[in-house]
Amino acid sequence: MKHGILISDHEKSGANVVRRRDRRTTPDEPAPAAKPKWTARRRRVVANLTGWSFAAPATLIILALTLFPAAWAFLISREHWNGLTPARQIGWDNYRLLLKDADFKSAVNHTVLFTVLYVPVVLCLGMFLAIALNRKIRFISFYRTALFVPLVVSAAATGILANFVFDQQFGLANNLLRVLHLPRQGFLADRHEVMWVIALIYLWTDLAFSVIVYLAALQDIPTDCLEAARIDGANRWQQFRHVILPSLAPVTVFVGVWETISVLQIFELVLTTTHGGPLGASQTIVYFIYNQAFNLSRYGYGSAVAYTLFGGTLIITLGLFAYARRSKIEAF
Amino acid sequence: MSRKFSRWHLLLMPLSLVFLLPLAQMLLASFTSNADINRFPPRFIPSALHISGYVRLFRDAPVGRWMLNSAIVSGIAIVSHLVLCSLGGYAYARLSFRGRTVAFVTLVATIMIPTQMLMIPTYFMFSHLGLIDTLGAAFVPFLTSAFGVFLMRQFFLSLPKDLEEAGRIDGLTTFGVFFRIVLPLARPALATLAVFTLLNSWNDLLWPLIAINDPSKFTIQLGLVNFQGAHHIDWQELMACNVVATAPLIIGFLIAQRQFVQTMSMSGLKG
Repeated sequence: MKHGILISDHEKSGANVVRRRDRRTTPDEPAPAAKPKWTARRRRVVANLTGWSFAAPATLIILALTLFPAAWAFLISREHWNGLTPARQIGWDNYRLLLKDADFKSAVNHTVLFTVLYVPVVLCLGMFLAIALNRKIRFISFYRTALFVPLVVSAAATGILANFVFDQQFGLANNLLRVLHLPRQGFLADRHEVMWVIALIYLWTDLAFSVIVYLAALQDIPTDCLEAARIDGANRWQQFRHVILPSLAPVTVFVGVWETISVLQIFELVLTTTHGGPLGASQTIVYFIYNQAFNLSRYGYGSAVAYTLFGGTLIITLGLFAYARRSKIEAF
Repeated sequence: MSRKFSRWHLLLMPLSLVFLLPLAQMLLASFTSNADINRFPPRFIPSALHISGYVRLFRDAPVGRWMLNSAIVSGIAIVSHLVLCSLGGYAYARLSFRGRTVAFVTLVATIMIPTQMLMIPTYFMFSHLGLIDTLGAAFVPFLTSAFGVFLMRQFFLSLPKDLEEAGRIDGLTTFGVFFRIVLPLARPALATLAVFTLLNSWNDLLWPLIAINDPSKFTIQLGLVNFQGAHHIDWQELMACNVVATAPLIIGFLIAQRQFVQTMSMSGLKG
């Protein structure tokens, strides 16, 4: 693959150049042994230049916007810095402080609890709905459109819409409860309900992703397999358990990892609905970082939290992959 | 279509309506007077429809400017993504050059780095570059992406090499082969990439939020959030703003649903 057709063509054109020049200078003698070596180097230089002129713009921009700030964030995380006065090197103090910070602990608790409850639900619902949507019945394109459209609604718009729907007095949610003669709820204003409501809103925007990925995977299952199972007398449940479910395993690992990473980083929805309130009850880790850095100007501490989150996410992701590999699921 | 009534309708019909309900509520509320919205007990159907919410919205806030800003940001992001990611993807798929493997592995590894970890240093980087309070702060992070390069590389790897070979024999340079032969074949992948970039850049809130304070430079998402802060009791106006901010992508989705769904199945978009 490395020495593909383009390179051999370079060789060809390089050889042409040599032949022509040879004809001009020494028409009768064969080319000396040193010449091809020189053109080989030239050819390599040309190939390198061409390759990098294709690759460099994207590569440099990406590295400048990811690796460079990532390294910088690490340096900041070991400083006491408010962005105005000169930074003070304090070693690992920010990380030590982190372990004792009750607000951070509660942010971690909310986020982890959210992830642990949310991810299995979205996986099961996503798989179930994908199976439901993977059939030719009337209105199927309407159902798909209705379930997928929230995916293009931004987090900001979703949050603001949620504020309206779950408004205590005028919102649709309480209005429906009233019609059904059920007690009025505090929703986003209630300390005990707020994370559940946010989970529900997030499910609304995010469910389509897992459904779509599962749907694509379902359509890749060869119909022969299902046919064979049916002929062998498998009932619907057996078909699902022994044919469909195993072939969805790699996708499940992928969606699971993806959902875990994105839920651990949930932020914009919290910003546009509750700002972490009431009384910090919906404070998530990334909202905590944002608040420390951009509201309280504690950039060093914020970076330390960010790095801790990154480390945690990395460990969880690698753990999930290791688990998948041990269960012999090829995820990627 | 089907001979007998499918039981799945009993699940899918109510669920679809529940999913559409908030959007319907948003649209309806944007045409409902605040007097109607704030009535107690609330009604499901307003007594009359008014466009006054939109009139007030465009009077109170430079919404047109915000939409234009968002369009500029998304436009630049899409064009730059298409150019840079296809060039980079082609290099990593087909060209052989020094440092290729190291560079590619590094690129893919950066996909793991979460944006949130980068927001603090990126903010200071932007402020050194003079990008604070400019649209640049909104579009620079979307100029290109490792995921886009990766997507294009995978696509180019799946193309047969014969055509490129034929192009070379006809005397085209590497650039000639790329622009005349490979790019025209890459249209489906480019469409996926364009939708991916549009969704990410149009819906992004984080970068404008930390880097833009000047209301005339707001993107529509940031405008929306700030507008909520200022007009949190005027639900009609706020919902009108929400409709304006969401409508372009929803309309795009309804027109090109297949393309959107395909893009989503290839990538995780939210988060």
